[in-house]
Amino acid sequence: MKAQYVLPHQVDWSRSLPRDRALDPSIVNLVPHRAKVLDLGCGNGDLLLRLKAERGVDERGVELEPSAVAECLSRGLSVIQADLEESLLDLREESFDVVVLNQVLLATARPLQLLTEALRVGRRVLVSFPNFAYWRIRSQILFRGRMPVTLTLPYLWYETPNIRSASVKDFRALCEIKQWDVHTELFVNLDRLERPRPITLWPNLRASLALFALERKTR
Amino acid sequence: MSQLVKRPETLPKIQPSEVRRLEPVRAHTVTFEGPGETLHLESGQTLNPVTVTYETYGRLNEQRDNAVLVCHALSGDAHAAGYYGLEKDEKPGWWDTLIGPGKSLDTDKYFVICSNFLGGCKGTTGPSSIDPATGKPFGLDFPFYTVKDMVQLQRRLLKYLGIPRLLAVIGGSLGGMQALQWAISFPEMVRGAIPIATTARLSPQAIAFNEVGRQAIMSDPAWNDGNYPLDAQPERGLRLARMIGHITYLSEQSMLRKFSRRYINGKGRSFCLTKDFQVESYLHHQGSSFVRRFDANTYLYITRAMDYFDLEAAYGRLSTAFSGCRCPFLVISFTTDWLFPSEQSRELVQALRRVGLDVSYCNIESDQGHDAFLLPGHRMGDVVAGFLDRLTRMASS
Repeated sequence: MKAQYVLPHQVDWSRSLPRDRALDPSIVNLVPHRAKVLDLGCGNGDLLLRLKAERGVDERGVELEPSAVAECLSRGLSVIQADLEESLLDLREESFDVVVLNQVLLATARPLQLLTEALRVGRRVLVSFPNFAYWRIRSQILFRGRMPVTLTLPYLWYETPNIRSASVKDFRALCEIKQWDVHTELFVNLDRLERPRPITLWPNLRASLALFALERKTR
Repeated sequence: MSQLVKRPETLPKIQPSEVRRLEPVRAHTVTFEGPGETLHLESGQTLNPVTVTYETYGRLNEQRDNAVLVCHALSGDAHAAGYYGLEKDEKPGWWDTLIGPGKSLDTDKYFVICSNFLGGCKGTTGPSSIDPATGKPFGLDFPFYTVKDMVQLQRRLLKYLGIPRLLAVIGGSLGGMQALQWAISFPEMVRGAIPIATTARLSPQAIAFNEVGRQAIMSDPAWNDGNYPLDAQPERGLRLARMIGHITYLSEQSMLRKFSRRYINGKGRSFCLTKDFQVESYLHHQGSSFVRRFDANTYLYITRAMDYFDLEAAYGRLSTAFSGCRCPFLVISFTTDWLFPSEQSRELVQALRRVGLDVSYCNIESDQGHDAFLLPGHRMGDVVAGFLDRLTRMASS
């Protein structure tokens, strides 16, 4: 019998909501009309609902949190309750036009495997994550000597769902090693009103969130 | 630190005062007989005539595309919702929490049909019906029937009702098996399937419990090889079968919550072998009320039909079974269901996804065990309503 997947502890997901929704407009822009979209870690389905309304996508979601899945389903979305990585194993190559990994990569046990699998089942993979080299984070560690708590990393060290940290430079380096095609890079910072502001200069230092669009190599 | 952002609203919740009741409902019957109406069963035997009892709720629209077929479980029947309005203390249909105006299976939108399954004992031809050849109840002369045969008969009923295609077929437990079989047998007729708390094949553990139940019935002298008068059932055996079955429908948690270790007399041990604990009294009550409304031979046949349900064996591989299906699926399981554990639902989901079908799945948290699908207090209703809404939108686009 396989393991029952459970989250390590109860996470107050509402706390990261401003961060999780910040890149939605950018993600929508990167999704073609009527595309087949898989949102891995889709939460309560806000992004999928938006993609459906604005892009007319054929949506599928995967989420582990039972109450979030129930909410998605009651909103008329097609979502399964499953472990992200395992949910990809049943899918054929290029089953989706777009696979979204919005703010979930750092909370997974094997992010590299997840990305590889996502690139297998999707033509385009949209990955977003908080940039750990963001200057406020750097300064919190440097001057306060404490683990950072910011708008985009809103959890204390003992309650965070994240088990990884990564910077813009780290992710770029990974793409280089793996020779992934980076179609788009997008960096933003959230202002005081939690509105995303695009960052083009020195993103590794100045951006608090990063969004990468990776594309499958066409053989 | 971030502020808490208001979550977008979900479906509007219905206030209790807004809940309207169904009009008094009525059971209907139809008999299929004569040449060309013979029902060919998987066992190789045939039935003709066959009478079916069914109920409907809501109205069929002009396009005839808003019909939802509800498949009932082992001890259910065609009376799924509402009241007949004949008795004062009448209980509503078995899925009244879900079916009605403004409810999940909204009778303002959908035309809901529920029929007593083939071989049942509540109006549909079964072992307790009179065999036209002998003038006596069929008893063990009744042919064996399967879930596939039940679906075949439901298909006939829909044809009789003039319904070319179902918006959805929904059912829990044995009803879920029927929902799966519907999507496989008649893919062109199903726009959506909702198998709940069910499995693609019964586990040996569940077969074992069924066998103990059957043995309880067959070892009652009153059973008399199935030849008992209908007013003198093998009550002891049937009661025992139901008690065993009922334990498997509950969960450890729900029993602990409901009864704990409380004694009937409220004080303590009375040093007797008859009912002493409240849980015992509950089981006896369940057994007795079952005996009043269910036929022993039917119990033997219907549990056998469940035992024989095995999509993997029938089609080679589970994904092969679903390879001809076209409709979206909503699979629902419950966390404390140990008779049809969620692992079996996940296998279903996996197989359905492997053949590229649109699958939704939710393992609903509940402490009520297998019976949870019949009980209120969790999100199954919302989830079902959302799925039906999606099917309706897909059908219209």
